[in-house]
Amino acid sequence: MSAPLSTDIAVVAFVQTEHTAEAAGASEVELLAPVITEIKERTGLNRFGFTCSGSNDYLAGAPFSFVSALDTVGAWPPISESHVEMDAAWALYEAWVKLRHGEIDTALVYGFGKSSQGVLPEIMTQQLDPYYLAPLGVDQVSLAALQARAYLERSGAKEDDLRAVAARSRRAGRDNPFALHLPDPGDEGYDVAPLRPYDVAPITDGAAAVVLARGDRARELCERPAWIRGIDHRSEAHSPGVRDLSRSEAARLAGERAGAAGVEVAELHAQFSHEELILREALGLGEDVAVNPSGGPLSANPVMSAGLIRIGEAAARIHDGSAARTLGHATSGPCLQQNLVCVLSGDDHG
Amino acid sequence: MSEAPNHVLEFPGGYTRSVGPVIGRFLTELRDGRLVGVRTAGGRVLVPPTEYDPADGEPVTGEFVEVGPGGTVQTWSWVSRPRAVHPLDRPFAWALIRPDGADTALLHALDLGPFETGAAPPRFLKTGMRVRPKWRAERTGAIGDIECFRPEVTMINAPTRLEYRLQGGRALDRFLEGISQGRILGHRCEVCGQVIVPMKGLCPRDGVPTTEEVELPGTGTVTTFAVNNLPDPRAPEVPFVSAYILLDGAGLPMLALVAGIPADQVRMGMRVKAAWRPREEWVASMANIKWFEPLDEPDVPFEAIKDFV
Repeated sequence: MSAPLSTDIAVVAFVQTEHTAEAAGASEVELLAPVITEIKERTGLNRFGFTCSGSNDYLAGAPFSFVSALDTVGAWPPISESHVEMDAAWALYEAWVKLRHGEIDTALVYGFGKSSQGVLPEIMTQQLDPYYLAPLGVDQVSLAALQARAYLERSGAKEDDLRAVAARSRRAGRDNPFALHLPDPGDEGYDVAPLRPYDVAPITDGAAAVVLARGDRARELCERPAWIRGIDHRSEAHSPGVRDLSRSEAARLAGERAGAAGVEVAELHAQFSHEELILREALGLGEDVAVNPSGGPLSANPVMSAGLIRIGEAAARIHDGSAARTLGHATSGPCLQQNLVCVLSGDDHG
Repeated sequence: MSEAPNHVLEFPGGYTRSVGPVIGRFLTELRDGRLVGVRTAGGRVLVPPTEYDPADGEPVTGEFVEVGPGGTVQTWSWVSRPRAVHPLDRPFAWALIRPDGADTALLHALDLGPFETGAAPPRFLKTGMRVRPKWRAERTGAIGDIECFRPEVTMINAPTRLEYRLQGGRALDRFLEGISQGRILGHRCEVCGQVIVPMKGLCPRDGVPTTEEVELPGTGTVTTFAVNNLPDPRAPEVPFVSAYILLDGAGLPMLALVAGIPADQVRMGMRVKAAWRPREEWVASMANIKWFEPLDEPDVPFEAIKDFV
């Protein structure tokens, strides 16, 4: 299709930590600082038109913990900055909107979190509505298992199909130097039935950063910019009781709007193995699409950056020339409530 | 996070939240032990109610509808190791439950009875299961006023107990009289000459009455046997061996326990003798013979017992 316009926006750099399953003593800020340093070195940029981050105070148990992370960026003289209390994929969306205004031509996006410090499934209970769900103490894995059951019963898929997703993710993850290197799924009992421990993303600490740039600036900063051809996010009702949990209408719509058709690689923010199957169906990804060649969240799930990493990994396939059109997906909320789809391509592929 | 926490984040007293007229009505009715939903402009009934229609975002009507209390499980997950924050401390299910008369589902805990930690989901737990709320006696107007849901009653256990006064009959009474004196009595058939023990008062081969008493020794031969792995109150331990024993001189084998030898060493043709309980414990029962024990004699060849197997 057409060559990128000067208003087109690309991912020009992507950096992530070597993720760990247990806190190695570094604070959240210490986790993040090397990533910011590296992405500045790689792009040669010290200042950005806009900076936006994604993190969650409940992971650290410290109010406004994202503020101290600004020290890693260097916020003096004062910078234009924003934060989302969500995965940094949504920070990337905000930065993309800012770039679309045309007043700036670069943006730094980062996300970070240490889920090893608390009990993640219970921390995630705090995101639920305070009237009907949170007081029950229903945790994230239990909610996901409700969705897994609904999907298995509607689709006819078996628990072995879930295991196959986990096995493939873990195999791929062992080839990814940044992911946790997990063994093949063993003979494990249920976590919350029908999910087994390997169906659940591992507890992971980590951080990631992306630089976005507009038009010619992107070409200066990157040999093969990964142009954002479409980006869209959709949300469904919060309550799992009013949705068809076996399907993801939000992912379907976001994929359609972002142009998911025809991608070669899809990095999906599937934190439970059944979510990958629901998302494949919603996004219309056929057998020929390589899903989560990085290993995906089932191999490393640094909360608050795992979605951004999906976009980063999808962009990296464009940067290294191994794919022409790729997709990064991020999710938020209980049972795939919210879905963001970002479709990327190189110069020659519209 | 295996070690003890070194940082606890709490919100003293919790957050005070106004609930508004829609959620407030639902919670108020809950406190009174009722489940209500709110009707949307399109006519659907939302349970639990929200201020807007999740399908199109339109405000709901002011009409509240009593629903349930029965409902149907739409999907479920099984928690075999409850967390401290969970509402039940034994394995339970989370379920999305659509109350009768509602168009949406409510999330709650489903108590299916006592299970050991780590138990697999019970087979009777299924999507489509019919359930009802268990109300807390003291209610405050919160989702926890429903302690949990429980399955509707679909089955009962009807206990049955009957008492009998059994009579052994003349032949068996006479046999047990012998046993109570430490004697094993049989009847010889006048037609075929075989000795029947325990005696029945007739010969099963010839169909004629028998009266001639013969006393047999407590020794015999194992004709065939079974190794049992389910405990039995009459057996010494598991595994135990039950065997057909052909008493010396008898024409029919008798069912008895074999002990005093590892189960895997019992064999067809093995010679055994009765092990009697101490004399002071004798009653008119076969229990006087605890079991049969190995006798230090060569095995009987199969040819000699093949007709009794």
